[in-house]
Amino acid sequence: MTTTDAGPAGTGPAVARLGDRFASTHGWRRATVVDAWPESATARTLVLDVPGWPGHRAGQHVDLRLTADDGYTASRAYSVSAPTDPAHPQHVQVTVQRVLGGEVSPYLVDDLPVGAGIEVRGPVGGWFVWEPGAAGGAPVLLLAGGSGVTPLVAMVRARRAAGDRTPFRVLYSVRMPTDAMFLDELTGPRIDGVEADVWFTRAAPPDAPRAVGRIGLRDLARHGWPADLAPVCYVCGPTGFVEAMTRMLLVLGHDAGAIRAERFGPSTD
Amino acid sequence: MGHVTPSDAPGTDPALTPGFRGRPRTSGNALPPGQYEVRDFPVLSAGPTPNIDTAHWQLEVRTEDDATWRWSWADLMALPQDDVLVDLHCVTRWSKFGTRWGGVSLDVLLADVPSAAQYAYVTCYGGYTTNLPVADLLGGTAWIAHTYDGRPLEPLHGGPARLLVPHLYLWKSAKWVRSITLLRDDMRGFWERYGYHDYGDPWREQRYQGD
Repeated sequence: MTTTDAGPAGTGPAVARLGDRFASTHGWRRATVVDAWPESATARTLVLDVPGWPGHRAGQHVDLRLTADDGYTASRAYSVSAPTDPAHPQHVQVTVQRVLGGEVSPYLVDDLPVGAGIEVRGPVGGWFVWEPGAAGGAPVLLLAGGSGVTPLVAMVRARRAAGDRTPFRVLYSVRMPTDAMFLDELTGPRIDGVEADVWFTRAAPPDAPRAVGRIGLRDLARHGWPADLAPVCYVCGPTGFVEAMTRMLLVLGHDAGAIRAERFGPSTD
Repeated sequence: MGHVTPSDAPGTDPALTPGFRGRPRTSGNALPPGQYEVRDFPVLSAGPTPNIDTAHWQLEVRTEDDATWRWSWADLMALPQDDVLVDLHCVTRWSKFGTRWGGVSLDVLLADVPSAAQYAYVTCYGGYTTNLPVADLLGGTAWIAHTYDGRPLEPLHGGPARLLVPHLYLWKSAKWVRSITLLRDDMRGFWERYGYHDYGDPWREQRYQGD
């Protein structure tokens, strides 16, 4: 999902015309679903081919518009789950979590066929983004709650695609193994400067290294970066998760201006 | 048939999201284009929620000539209070009908402020900013709201006090409001610099710059 009610800014860039760079002045584009696969028991990744797509950055989102036979439309915002692929610059990848009783997400997860058309607008957002070399190579802390992992995995992928060496740490809180996404990619056996840990809050797999439970202050102190290293912290998840994590980050001495939050409200569907 | 593109007449293109039905079409309330109704109250902001003690809270209005007006929390409470029932429209596409707020009209706060400025730049505790025309703060359309649904406004929703400008998208209703600067020239706020619209009228669907 996305941001944008009123919130604190921290230190946004002062460049006056940045707005134009990220503006979606082209309106809706007609896209085609070219690939799709399940990402968990409750989520699906869609790859959209969007003619004329200007490219996007990890952490940005797109608006998708769905149209019924009678012309009724519904639009929702979804984070991109991968940065622009130079081999397929027109492709936009989003990962959608099914929300029970939702109007849009069950259709996108269960019914939208490969080959179908769908309208896309964007990319949108310039605050909750990470690019290789951002913030002078400051270390990055990614705190993911549930499907909030989506824009954060896009940042990990952007880093890997660029061969960037910025130190990344990821703390991922998810209800149970069947909801978890991108686990192999985040926690697989690689030595490339991305350290990831997973907390299962309802049910853990038998081989999980820790008991079922939420990320606590001690976990954040141990697995996050010390505030002295001045990391950039990206927090994405449901409101309760984001509030708890941002409060703990402040307690641990992190600068409020270095904490970027994106909340998936209960009504994102 | 004339030359109708699929985007102009979406129902005519069977390949567009085939099988999508959407929710029932009946709604008693008017939704701006591209919005859907929610019953709860989603929270959206770009960083941590600041906690502001009303003992240290103050609201400041600064004119284009650098004249400054200040109100403490007690000053704000001593002013005439409005009870307003309004619909909210967030650019992330949810709308919430019939929300009840208590607060002080900007008409009251700005009544004696000498200014010919056309633009307002709002700054908040926590650093958030937004911009809007001064005209949209006047005429009974905007408030400094401190009460929601009969209770003190929670920090999560912008308490102790937020700007409330319900006829514009909700990012203009800046949470944790601290000051309003009146300017001769428009200056973009936080989201406006990231591509969101300078005005933000939900009925004209002014979401992004260029809309």
